[in-house]
Amino acid sequence: MRAETRIGFILLLTPLLLWLGLLIVIPHIDMLMISLRERISFGVYEPSLMQYDKALTEPLYLRTFWRTAVMSVLATGITLLIAFPVAYYIAKMARGRLQQVLFMLCLIPFYVSELVRTFGWMILLRETGLISNLLQWAGLADQPVEMLYNDAAMMVGLVYTSMLFMVVPLVTTLESLDNSVVEAGYDLGGNGLSVLREIIIPHAMPGIVSGCIVVFMLSLGNYLTPTMLGGKDSLWFTEMIYNQFIVRSNWELGAAFGFMLLVLSSVIVWGMLRLTGRTLQETMG
Amino acid sequence: MIPTIPRSRSFRVLYGGYVLLFFLYLALPLTVVAVFAFNDSQFPSLPWEGFTWNWFFGEDRPQIGVFHERGILRSVGTSAFVATCVAVLSVSVGTTNAFLFNRYDFRGKGALYVLMLLPLVIPGIVLGISILVFSSTLANGIWNAAQVDIQALRPGLLLVILGQFSFITTIATLVITARLQKFDRTLEEAALNLGATRLTAVRTITIPFLMPAMVGAVVVAFLMSFENFNTTLMLVGSDAPLTIAMFDRLKEGSTPLLNAVSLLLMLGSSLLALVVILFQRR
Repeated sequence: MRAETRIGFILLLTPLLLWLGLLIVIPHIDMLMISLRERISFGVYEPSLMQYDKALTEPLYLRTFWRTAVMSVLATGITLLIAFPVAYYIAKMARGRLQQVLFMLCLIPFYVSELVRTFGWMILLRETGLISNLLQWAGLADQPVEMLYNDAAMMVGLVYTSMLFMVVPLVTTLESLDNSVVEAGYDLGGNGLSVLREIIIPHAMPGIVSGCIVVFMLSLGNYLTPTMLGGKDSLWFTEMIYNQFIVRSNWELGAAFGFMLLVLSSVIVWGMLRLTGRTLQETMG
Repeated sequence: MIPTIPRSRSFRVLYGGYVLLFFLYLALPLTVVAVFAFNDSQFPSLPWEGFTWNWFFGEDRPQIGVFHERGILRSVGTSAFVATCVAVLSVSVGTTNAFLFNRYDFRGKGALYVLMLLPLVIPGIVLGISILVFSSTLANGIWNAAQVDIQALRPGLLLVILGQFSFITTIATLVITARLQKFDRTLEEAALNLGATRLTAVRTITIPFLMPAMVGAVVVAFLMSFENFNTTLMLVGSDAPLTIAMFDRLKEGSTPLLNAVSLLLMLGSSLLALVVILFQRR
């Protein structure tokens, strides 16, 4: 490299390295180190695997860990099922102005804070809420119905919160599907189902994968929805991390939890990428 | 399943109905939040007690409006300050990143690019605790070595800004890189041929070309920072940004004041989103 280009290169590389090094790489290494130690007395620590031993043998911790994983996968699946027909409608059935308007409508809740969205569901679902009142008014219930604080309410909230991140990539990939390919499928004797299975879904795969990865990540890392909409016994893993750090000041165990969540999300994201033969670069970049 | 292929009437009605239902589901919680901001009652729920502006402009207890509620106003200011810092920082670094990945080939570029994408797939709360842990390790190290206590490294606004910056920069980088890839390099070369220095060429040709993407990235970064919750929750000190302040109130029980704040938030962010769309269409 010429001297001038070299200086430019170094000037551009420095902010990137500072950002990634000081805010991403080193903090995560530090978190791992803290999770690998045990507090002996004030300010005295010893390397130990005790935190992980505790996390993996205490039934409550382990149950919450798996529950969070399973519920997040479930939320991702439900989101995909609900979003796919809608995305297909926007990309292929709607025309001109209607198409633009529908797409914009999908984006609006994305700009509204997660807290506001969760709050909206609380107003709808709680005992004195809108739906409970509606049911009583219609004569379907003779007393207030509590629909908040259970897994179903939490699931509604999780799906709602991440819906947009599924619809948008699906619309983008489905728009690039050529109508004549679908027509060809029908000409060759396919019916609605086989065209869907053999033409539309394979074409939409990139959108499905990136949508699923983002939705899964958002559900797994969600704190607000499970705490506000979920029941008392339905602990979420992020809630446990928060409790260890802020409520109990047990940073060692909290760091171990954090690392477990990181490993869980990495493994599942990696698995999804492997399964579909795509790279992170293609999916996110 | 495309318009040119005929479908039975019942299928079309059913499909249309499903899409309509979906948009109702999408709109319902936001509409409810907005409507109950005007309910003349202590609780954001039925029965409807009549229309009031008090949750915006009310001056007396129990109906103190948003514009007279000091705590909420202060937290809006805090959020705006944090969001401005995050937007400026992340778009600056995002721009340099875009140039680096677009203009230079170097060893480890691919690996660095993947590393740059990682913050998108790390849960926000994990980003938060890792930064919390590291900054406190630093602060403790400095205290042990020199007996100096650096308050900035304890939970507080600096850490909130750094925490949000750590993942919003990735988004800014992606937005700006996408536009830079469409840039025609010959324009810059023409400027060089006409006697401009490299820096002048970039400043007068490339940066104006990137402007729409940079403004878009500033607004997106600002909005994302304003509504961020997970990372902020772990790093917040005594000055709470709006989302945290609202969360604390929500835990104690809600009044339509929160609806009013939420409605203003919705209006504000829609307005900003509209500005971006208009700006980019130009």
